[in-house]
Amino acid sequence: MNAPVREISYSQAIQEAMAIAMEADERVILMGEDIGVYGGAFQVTGDLIDRFGPDRVMDTPISELGGAGVAVGAAVTGLRPIFEFQFSDFAALAMEQIVNQAAKMRYMLGGAVSVPLVMRFPAGSGTGAAAQHSQSLEAWLGHVPGLKVIQPATPHDVKGMLLAAVADPDPVMIFEHKLLYKMKGPVPEGHYTVPLNKAEVRREGRDVSIVATSIMVHKALEAAEVLAGEGVSAEVIDLRSIRPIDRETVVASVKKTSRLICVYEGVKTLGVGAEISAMIAESEAFDYLDAPILRLGGSETPIPYNPELEKAAVPQVPEIVDAARGLVRGVR
Amino acid sequence: MSGRARAMQVEETSNLPFIYRQYEREQLLDALRKMHLIRRFEEGAEECYMRGLIHGTMHLSIGQEASAMGICMPLVNEDQITSTHRGHGHCIAKGADVKRMFAEFFGKTTGYCAGRGGSMHIADVSTGNLGANGIVGGGLPIAVGAALTAKRLRTGKVVVCFFGDGANNEGAFHEALNMAAIWKLPVIFVCENNGYGMSTSTERSTAVANVADRAAAYSMPGVIVDGNVLSEVAEASHEAVERARRGDGPTLIECKTYRYRGHSKSDRNRYRTKDEIDDWMTNRDPIKRYEAQLLEFGIATSDELEAIRGSVQQEIDAGIEFAKVSPMPAIDGLADNVYTFEA
Repeated sequence: MNAPVREISYSQAIQEAMAIAMEADERVILMGEDIGVYGGAFQVTGDLIDRFGPDRVMDTPISELGGAGVAVGAAVTGLRPIFEFQFSDFAALAMEQIVNQAAKMRYMLGGAVSVPLVMRFPAGSGTGAAAQHSQSLEAWLGHVPGLKVIQPATPHDVKGMLLAAVADPDPVMIFEHKLLYKMKGPVPEGHYTVPLNKAEVRREGRDVSIVATSIMVHKALEAAEVLAGEGVSAEVIDLRSIRPIDRETVVASVKKTSRLICVYEGVKTLGVGAEISAMIAESEAFDYLDAPILRLGGSETPIPYNPELEKAAVPQVPEIVDAARGLVRGVR
Repeated sequence: MSGRARAMQVEETSNLPFIYRQYEREQLLDALRKMHLIRRFEEGAEECYMRGLIHGTMHLSIGQEASAMGICMPLVNEDQITSTHRGHGHCIAKGADVKRMFAEFFGKTTGYCAGRGGSMHIADVSTGNLGANGIVGGGLPIAVGAALTAKRLRTGKVVVCFFGDGANNEGAFHEALNMAAIWKLPVIFVCENNGYGMSTSTERSTAVANVADRAAAYSMPGVIVDGNVLSEVAEASHEAVERARRGDGPTLIECKTYRYRGHSKSDRNRYRTKDEIDDWMTNRDPIKRYEAQLLEFGIATSDELEAIRGSVQQEIDAGIEFAKVSPMPAIDGLADNVYTFEA
């Protein structure tokens, strides 16, 4: 059971998961733009075409809507496609197939079919790619019953959650922050899964709960370290999945700390933080709150090109530290 | 070949239209029966709607029966189809049971979609129908995906993708045809061109004279047939199915046809003339034309045709009765089948 653990990158972990899934099941195929000899826009697929051939590592034309639909049709009829969008922004071109078809087909047909489809979305800002290649659109898909929407934050989790997603009978949407691709971390060899519906407490604390997604988990952990130096004990929760949301873990944490900050890169308004805040407001944890709930999210703007403006458009460590300190000390 | 109208001499049959050379008498009469079943099913559904037994809306294909039936004649049960919002005919032609279709329209648990889909999502996966679709063009890439599965897993299946003239201006149409062609997939694109996308005529909506002309852009055969002549449709389908099974890739078939009813229940028919509708109903009706041929070629007598109509009516009446007495879904089952396993 105890597989050797090595340090590998987030993108290597994804590639390893895909290779394991393909090795184990001939029905698993990869589809996407330039994922073959090119290796994918972020080199996530790498050299898998050499191992599995062009029939299973399929370059699609630049046809996001059609490509997504082909993946849906293939999933319904017996394949297990893993479909890569080159950038999550391009999901806008394919929303019809994701939202109207993949998410609803099982329900509309009264349970006669399943759609075992995995879609991967390289997301987020920080690469200087500006407004059409930098968005965090996970809340769009998180709003759609029938989909499962996850945001793994570590190499360990992305491998285990991707393997769980491939085995899952329903469509799973994986949002991968592009700045995480090169991040290294301990990853066991071989097959293992991480549940698609469980948050993880990354750091325990007493004074404030910071619920974060994706890359913001790492910023929240950095902030918690700074706060610890100031005598503030922050608990950091990695939400991991936004559909479903692990209510139990978040409610338990807020009951313990009595304070909540939500940190996410997507646009603040109507985002993941709004949902977490409302969930706590409706829960038994409400009576435990000693301070208002805070949301730190992306600015109400497109992502700008200029690097300083780009950083200013999404939450950074000092803001998280300030927000937590203010909440705990009652200064806002 | 075994499938010929054996009552006839060889020299007599050689000039007959395709289906009379290709199929046994029993198959020919079964096709007629199904065309009647489609029409009476839709008339029955319309009556139930008028009487308030069915809610929502529906899109009737009355007048288009030959295209649904002709395309499905060369298919086997394992072959698959994707269908459209005007999909009742496809569903019946592929082999669905009208009992369970009526039950679905009535919103009952015994319906094909357990009352969750209704007319617009009617499906019968057991006979290869992957579902009607409420999105114009929605089924096109899905059919290509189903054909990809058939090719990868070497199942030998072919996939028929029904769509209307309206869908040929959706991006999904162009993306789907292109991918089917570059990957040489066993899929047949069937455009049922009834002249109008809702109220907008193909002349006003489409830059080419025929939807089939667009096949050239995707290097596949584009075949135009009179969609109201069963034999013409079946012959085109037969050739496309053979081509697909050989591994030679997709075909686009355009069936020129006409819908007698409006687009949906809200249609006031202000975009076409009564004369136009009457002309199609009187002079080009697909069922009348097929029956006339069956009589002309001595394949059936008028008594036999009458008996078919009678048996169809009985099946329709029994179907409606089955739907009426079937149970309603329990309210606490609202969230059933959002996911395959409860999260």
